[in-house]
Amino acid sequence: MEKVFTDQNFEAEVLKNDGVVLVDFWAPWCGPCLAMGPIIEELAKELDGKTVVGKINVDENSKTAQDFAIMSIPALKIFKGGKVVQEFVGMQAKEVLKDALEKA
Amino acid sequence: MQETYDLIIIGAGPAGLAASIYASRYKLNHLLLGATIGGQINEIRNLENWPGDISVSGYDLLSRFVEHAKSLGVTAQSESVVSVKKNAENLFEVETGKNTHKTRAVIMAMGTEYRKMNIPGEKELTGKGVSYCATCDAMFFRGKVICVVGGGNAAVTSALGLTDFASKVYLIYRGDRLPAEPIWLEKVAANPKIEVIRNTNIIEIKGEQKVENVVLDKAYEDKNHLDVDGVFVEIGSEPGVELARTLGVEIDEQGYIKVSADMSTNISGVFAAGDITTGSNKFRQIITATAEGAIAANGAYKMLKLK
Repeated sequence: MEKVFTDQNFEAEVLKNDGVVLVDFWAPWCGPCLAMGPIIEELAKELDGKTVVGKINVDENSKTAQDFAIMSIPALKIFKGGKVVQEFVGMQAKEVLKDALEKA
Repeated sequence: MQETYDLIIIGAGPAGLAASIYASRYKLNHLLLGATIGGQINEIRNLENWPGDISVSGYDLLSRFVEHAKSLGVTAQSESVVSVKKNAENLFEVETGKNTHKTRAVIMAMGTEYRKMNIPGEKELTGKGVSYCATCDAMFFRGKVICVVGGGNAAVTSALGLTDFASKVYLIYRGDRLPAEPIWLEKVAANPKIEVIRNTNIIEIKGEQKVENVVLDKAYEDKNHLDVDGVFVEIGSEPGVELARTLGVEIDEQGYIKVSADMSTNISGVFAAGDITTGSNKFRQIITATAEGAIAANGAYKMLKLK
């Protein structure tokens, strides 16, 4: 299962995580974000135990969205050791994200 | 022994899903491959010309197409197709990152991709004020001044949607007469937040951390630049035909796959449907994409089963 990140748990779950984390910044009004939903779910399942994959609703977690200056969604950011190492804007194919995570 | 499909449909938008619904009913053993589920349809907030729905979001309509296709038993896989080749047995080998699938027929329904402006600052500031999806990003521009580039339905509906949040929306169009439907143009004219700038192009987008202003090729109100917080690019789309081109499928001068009345191409066994084709007078609507998907499935069925 993909994780659900919030303003409250973002620091502990993402910023203080030494490993690789994929964060999907999304919102319920955004069609392409909804369409990415199943892809994120599948990635979380396939990478279970290896990489943390999760989503953060920017509508409900505006502080984190502002901290990362989110102005376009879906925004997919790969964190490593709490720092953004790669980012994507817009819908992405599953393999593109998987490759990026495996190389991160 | 690896399974040989009757048909592989590449692209899971309206054309591909409609083709799959018909193919299932024709009992064609087929596979539906798409990097993502739907593409541009997901960005439509209010679709108001799909018969039977007075107003529906693109995502909701697409979800119903997906549910319908899956209810008929199709195998849909999230795989990007890397290449399509014809082998010595006259079968097509559809290669994805993970697998190579064999099939007797192919329907190409990959749709189109955004046209970019290809001007300085566009790429650098994407996600930092430059956006290609108004329905996704409008909320981030509450109380801001923005511009929308383009004059077709997508540009005009984006401008209208953005006025729910932005304090001011410039609609910048390269020509004199906006090609959007009159019903939308009436709404633009009646909206006090929208200002239309005609016969003008943006030649550069400037900003440090985020978009600050755009440079115009023609002065507007005595200034060659316009201060904006966001630039929404809605200048149409281009077909994604690399797969077709390498297989030797005939493409027209604008890059669309040439199709006959049954949606077949110059390569026997390869059909195409939706925004990617020269079909339907290039009208490129959901209703024409679905129709082309149905015709392509019918064409494939006739070729495979009735000969």
